[in-house]
Amino acid sequence: MTLGVVMLVHTALDRAAQAIRHWGAGGCPVVVHVDHKVDDARYSAFVAALADVKHIRFSKRFRCEWGTWGIVVASQAASTVMLAEFPDVRHVYLASGACLPLRPIAELRDYLDARPDSDFIESATTADVPWTVGGLDEERFVLRFPFSWKNRRRLFDRYVKIQMAVGFKRKIPAGLEPHMGSQWWCLTRRTLGAILNDPNRPVYDRYFRKVWIPDESYYQTLVRLHSNWIESRSLTLSKFDFQGKPHVFYDDHLELLRRSDCFVARKIWPQADLLYRAFPRTERATSTPNTATIDRIFTHAVIRRTRGRPGLYMQSCYPHMDRENGFTATPYSVLQGFDDIMPDFTAWLSRQASAEVHGHLYASDRAHFAGGEGVFRGGQSDSAKLRDYNGKTFLTDLIWNGRTHYQCFQFGPKDTQDISWMIAKDTNALISVVTGAWAIPLFRSGRAMRHVRKEAARLQQIEYKQLKILRSPYARARIHICSLSEFVAAPVDALQLIVDQIARYRGVAITELPAMADLTGFGEFLQDLKNQGMHPFLTGDFPIVKLPTSPAVKARKPYVAHGK
Amino acid sequence: MVDNDSNDGGQDYVAAQPDISLWSTKSGYGDARSGMDWLTFLQGKYADGHWALTVDVDEFFVYPFCDTRPMRALADWLDASEVRSFGAMLLDMYPKGPVSQAVYEKGQNPFDLASWFDAGNYVISRNELMRNLWIQGGPRARAFFADKPKTAPALNKIPFVKWSRQYAYVSSTHMILPRGLNLVYDQQGGEKTSGLLLHAKFLNTFGARAAQEAVRGQHYGDGREYQTYAEQNGADPDLWCNWSEKYINWRQLEVLGLMSKGNWA
Repeated sequence: MTLGVVMLVHTALDRAAQAIRHWGAGGCPVVVHVDHKVDDARYSAFVAALADVKHIRFSKRFRCEWGTWGIVVASQAASTVMLAEFPDVRHVYLASGACLPLRPIAELRDYLDARPDSDFIESATTADVPWTVGGLDEERFVLRFPFSWKNRRRLFDRYVKIQMAVGFKRKIPAGLEPHMGSQWWCLTRRTLGAILNDPNRPVYDRYFRKVWIPDESYYQTLVRLHSNWIESRSLTLSKFDFQGKPHVFYDDHLELLRRSDCFVARKIWPQADLLYRAFPRTERATSTPNTATIDRIFTHAVIRRTRGRPGLYMQSCYPHMDRENGFTATPYSVLQGFDDIMPDFTAWLSRQASAEVHGHLYASDRAHFAGGEGVFRGGQSDSAKLRDYNGKTFLTDLIWNGRTHYQCFQFGPKDTQDISWMIAKDTNALISVVTGAWAIPLFRSGRAMRHVRKEAARLQQIEYKQLKILRSPYARARIHICSLSEFVAAPVDALQLIVDQIARYRGVAITELPAMADLTGFGEFLQDLKNQGMHPFLTGDFPIVKLPTSPAVKARKPYVAHGK
Repeated sequence: MVDNDSNDGGQDYVAAQPDISLWSTKSGYGDARSGMDWLTFLQGKYADGHWALTVDVDEFFVYPFCDTRPMRALADWLDASEVRSFGAMLLDMYPKGPVSQAVYEKGQNPFDLASWFDAGNYVISRNELMRNLWIQGGPRARAFFADKPKTAPALNKIPFVKWSRQYAYVSSTHMILPRGLNLVYDQQGGEKTSGLLLHAKFLNTFGARAAQEAVRGQHYGDGREYQTYAEQNGADPDLWCNWSEKYINWRQLEVLGLMSKGNWA
């Protein structure tokens, strides 16, 4: 009888009874505190049902509300009974009705026998460890909290603010250094007795009565005055989410709990029949608790709730534009002008880099998906109307759906411009623009000059507006802009940059260039536009003279002089 | 359960179930705001203070861990998290091939036939008045509403609510009052827990139903939606495409980003 259990019970009395029987069968005396809120009839039935358990006591009942002093009073009263009535008990374990012993209780006893002087209690200073709930760390020890956090949140918050504004601070009793930690501890008789019989206890109790969530700080602080050896960890496996509410274990956690080798876990869902049948397990082991897997799963859950998956917009995650966690899921490339200069560019790029290369996704006739499909990944339709109904979502959906492949698409002034601002601000976007490239298809169209002039003016205006966006201080994308004449002078540099960006670092050196459109007479074409009053300033300068298409072959000198 | 003058023997089946209370009406579905008036009355009377799931007969509720945890676990967890409403988008399921070929037999799992869905073609906007998200898309938008995307049916639903006498659904289970209940989504970039309603609409029964409803005009907007179906393909579409996903389980839907575990682990 070296281990005794103090148990706080407030709901799911049948499960609590089951847990009490487990402890009792393991040879542990149990002192039970039942919340005052449980009505007398249920309480009497509960007591009567446990009449056959040998070493069981019921302590005086107090009202226990979340985060209030009542919980501490309840544990004090029950602990006092435990120390007085069961003199053999060396360690006292504080548990709740929703705690379930996982391993044979004899193993826990062995474990404690090997560490007879250790107090197992999580106890950390507020200065060093940030606590989550309500964001109150140090404040919980120096402010007053007359209003319930659960039921009167607004009043609670306002009162805290006022106190902080006027600089109000309660005095912490001399000798105390505030510590916090999990409320579930296992203390030695010596330490627990010293805390309960401390001559200063009235002073400490008066102080902690007004502290916020005292059940997480009362023992955790006082143990620092009395303990010889503090093991600052809880023997009870208990994980908290971002709201400060304990994670609950269900039947599907069976394997996880089994492998954790923890002694006790909480909270168990009262209807988790499988867990209540499987634990405490009977076969013995000597392993030490290892909670790494459980910790990872619950940490992951909290991250999913607070950070989400970048680039995913869905029914339960719809962030404000300026707060969201990245517009899109992964990096992607927006390529402007290249396919005007090199009609074969899309096919060439898909050969050159491992990426899904789309045509003009925002073309006016339809979305030109890679491979020319009518419906693409995720069921996205190529219908221009559907796309333009919500152009931004079309892109975020496309990048999310294709997140396992690098996505590239062609863009240009002929396309719907709804996404201009979005891609400019998106840190995932890599935007390469050859300005004025739209002039080449016009040049090659052979249409009448008056049509061409009008269209050129329109496209130039659109592209100019877009360039202003790309050059605005809000632009966060990686942007590379060069004029058509610059590109024609050194095409490999710009193309290699695109290939490198897709490869994330250094791509394959370009050996084969895509065929360029024949630019013979392009200079004259631009001059013609200028003569019509439309100056294509985005193309850069092209010489008016005919560009030599192939080096002129000089006539060779004859080796043999013939004739005279 | 409310039986609106059915003629497929459903009433007899339900009457034989020990845990179902059945109400019947022969009035028009449209006149009762898509039946919501009937349900709201019953919920106010019997569901006050309880978690209530409001679904059509062709909607099948999927939520995180639904293969291992009963709905009560979800309700308890939502209670502990101080959450009052739970979103579950409608996910249109369809067969491979023309819907008329997916011949449904009584007692069969409809998703043995209609086992495919669209994973990522949903558009979302926020309804500033009611604060709910307005979601459209899926196979219905791409097959029937490519020319008039704005009229595509809404897919956002809030079917699971800790009911109170003061609550009322506004339009089907798409929106609810008071407006705070519509905030089933996170706005800071995180994900709230959500589920899906698998929609067993596209079976061989679809064509006849579309024609019938188009004439009856009892549905939202005088059955405009059904008129659209009836006009197209003689209401016998093949919704399947190369990129359709085949339903496996809720985890698959979670990974695809259609629903979320949130911080329920």
